[in-house]
Amino acid sequence: MRPSSALAPGDRIRGWWDGRTRAQKWLAGAVLFGLLALLPLFPPPLIDTPGVSLGGVLAQFAMFALIAIGLNVVVGQAGLLDLGYVGFYAIGAYTVALLTSPSSPWNQLGANAFFSSDWAWLSCLPIAMAVTAASGLLIGSPTLRLRGDYLAIVTLGFGEIIRLVADNLASITKGPRGLSGLATPVFGADAVPGGYFSTGNATGAANYGTWWYWLGLVLVVIVLLIVGNLERSRVGRAWVAIREDEDAAEVMGVNTFKFKLWAFVIGAAIGGLSGALYAGQVQFVDPKSFNIINSMLFLCAVVLGGQGNKLGVIFGAFVVVYLPNRLLGVEVAGVNLGELKYLFFGLALVVLMIFRPQGLFPVRQQLLTYRRRARELLRRAEDSTAAT
Amino acid sequence: MSGEILLQASDLTVKFGGLTALGGVSFDIRRGEILGLIGPNGAGKTTCFNALTGVYRPSAGTVSFDGARLGRIKRHTITGRGIARTFQNIRLWGEMTALENVVVATDARHRTSVPGAIFRTPRHRREEAAAIEKAAALLGFVGIAGRGEVKAKNLSYGDQRRLEIARALATEPKLLCLDEPAAGFNPSEKAALIDLIRAIRDAGHTVLLIEHDMRLVMGVTDRIVVLEFGRKIAEGSPEQIRADPKVIAAYLGVPDDELP
Repeated sequence: MRPSSALAPGDRIRGWWDGRTRAQKWLAGAVLFGLLALLPLFPPPLIDTPGVSLGGVLAQFAMFALIAIGLNVVVGQAGLLDLGYVGFYAIGAYTVALLTSPSSPWNQLGANAFFSSDWAWLSCLPIAMAVTAASGLLIGSPTLRLRGDYLAIVTLGFGEIIRLVADNLASITKGPRGLSGLATPVFGADAVPGGYFSTGNATGAANYGTWWYWLGLVLVVIVLLIVGNLERSRVGRAWVAIREDEDAAEVMGVNTFKFKLWAFVIGAAIGGLSGALYAGQVQFVDPKSFNIINSMLFLCAVVLGGQGNKLGVIFGAFVVVYLPNRLLGVEVAGVNLGELKYLFFGLALVVLMIFRPQGLFPVRQQLLTYRRRARELLRRAEDSTAAT
Repeated sequence: MSGEILLQASDLTVKFGGLTALGGVSFDIRRGEILGLIGPNGAGKTTCFNALTGVYRPSAGTVSFDGARLGRIKRHTITGRGIARTFQNIRLWGEMTALENVVVATDARHRTSVPGAIFRTPRHRREEAAAIEKAAALLGFVGIAGRGEVKAKNLSYGDQRRLEIARALATEPKLLCLDEPAAGFNPSEKAALIDLIRAIRDAGHTVLLIEHDMRLVMGVTDRIVVLEFGRKIAEGSPEQIRADPKVIAAYLGVPDDELP
C-alpha cells in the first residue's frame, strides 16, 4: 500500500536534508536550535498556549522528548516492547526527591549535609541516572531472556510495582502525600529570589519554565549526539539485527542478551535523566505523577513520531505534550477540548495504524559511521567485478 | 583430498521427544574440502547442520572442531570459533541494507562496544572503516556490490541468497555451512553458484554443503555423506556415491537428471 502523502510530511523534508553537506546540516541544526530556544520569548500568536505559560509547556515537552528518545532506543531500535518505562522516570525523580527533600529520611541537603545547596540538583543528576541504569540492569537481567509479549507483561508489572512501592512505603517516600521542597539549580539568585530555575521566577516570558526548557533542550542535543553515535556503530546495528531476526543475529555472532541489556540500561538512564529534570522543575513528587497511563503516552509519542527515528519521536513528544495544552483553553459546545486528550490520541493512533503504521516520520536508519566512504567502496567493488 | 581433520562429528544424536531425528551419525570434514551432505526429505540433514552449528544441543555424541570440543557453548560464540552458516529459508535483516547486513557479521570479530561507540575512540573508528571495506569487498566477491545500498528485503531472491553467503563469510569462518543455497535457482544461476562455491574454497574456507540438486552436489563436492532416516548410509567421493547401491535404493532410484 502506498502511504498517503498527507500523512507523510517526513519524506520531502528528508529528501531536502539528504542533499545538504555536513557543514550545512550543522548550520541548519544550530539555526533550528536557536529558533526553538527563542520560541517561549517571542511566542507567535497561534502557537502560544492561552491559560498556561508556553515556557512551562515547552519544558514539559523537553522532558517528554528525552523520554521519547530513551524509549525509542528500547522500543524503536532494539524492538523490545517496554510498557513500564514510567518506572524509570519515577526512579529518576524519586532519587532526586529522596536525596534533597527536607521531609525525606535520606535528605542530604542543608547545614553540614553532603551536598552544597547551590549544586545539589546538578550533583543528583548523575546519581539519578546511575540509579535508574542500575535498576534497568536489575529488571533487565532476568526478563530480557523473555521475548515479545512476555517482556511487555513483565515491564508493565515493573512500572506498576515502582508506583505502588512509592505509594506504600510511607516511612521513606511519605506515600501519597509525596515529597516536596526538592533542590533546584541555583543560578542567578541575585536577580530573582531562588534563582532563574526556581518557582520564584514565575513572571514574564523568561520564567522558570522557560529556563527549564532551555536546560532540557541542551540535554536533548547531548543525548541525541550520544544516541546517534551508538546508532552508527556495531551497537545500533546489533539492535536492529535483534529487532529484525533475533535468531539469525545470534547465529551471526551477535551477543543478543548483552546488547538487549545495553539498550535497556541506556533507555533507563535517559528515562532517569528526564525524571530528575521533572523533579527539579516541579520540586515535588508524588506517586500519582507516575501512573501507568504515562507509559502509554510515552509509547504514543514514539509510535506517532515513527519508531526508530530519533528525530521523529521528538516531534511525537511535541504533539503529545503541546496539543492538549494548546486546546486547554478552547471550548467547543461547552466541552473543553484539552480534557479530551486521550480520546484524540486514541483516534490518532487508530487512523495512523490504518494508513501509516510506521509513524509520521518513518525511520530511514543510518547504521554506518562512514556512509560516503562505503558508497565509494561499493562502486569500486562493483567496477572490479564487472571487469573480471 | 587429504587435508587434516577440521571437524569431527562422532556418534551425533539429536532427539525431539520420542523422535530420533539423528541417530549416531559420525563423519569428518577435512580442511580445504567441499563436503556434501545429502539425503531424501526428512533424512536429518538440517538437524545435523543445526547440531553442528550449535542451534540444537545434541542429545548424545560429540562434535570437535579445530582441535577443541564444541560442548555446551553459547550460540553467539560459534562464529568466534570459526563456523558460519546460511539459512535454508533466507533469514536476512530486511530493514538493513545489504552492506549493513554484512557489516553486522564483521562485528562478530570486533571488540569495541558501547563506550567506544559513544566516544568514537580511535579503535572504534578503525574497526568501522575496516568493516565497511571488508563488507564492500565481500559484496563484490559474491557479485552484488551494485546492490549494496538496497534494503535486504528489496533484493531479488537470488541476490538475497548471495547476500546470505557474503554475510556468513564476513565472520571469517574456517568452516562455511551452506543450507540448500541453490533452492529456487534456475540452471544458469546454479552454474554461477558452483563457481562461487569453488571460489570460496579457493579463498581458504572449508565448505559443508547441504543440497537437493544432485547435479550441483555431484559437480562441486569432493566427498559426500548420505543420510537416510537420521542415519549415515554412505560416504565417499561423488563417483562412489553415484555407484553405491544403498544410495541408489534410498535416493537415486531414478537417473539424476530427472530429480528435482
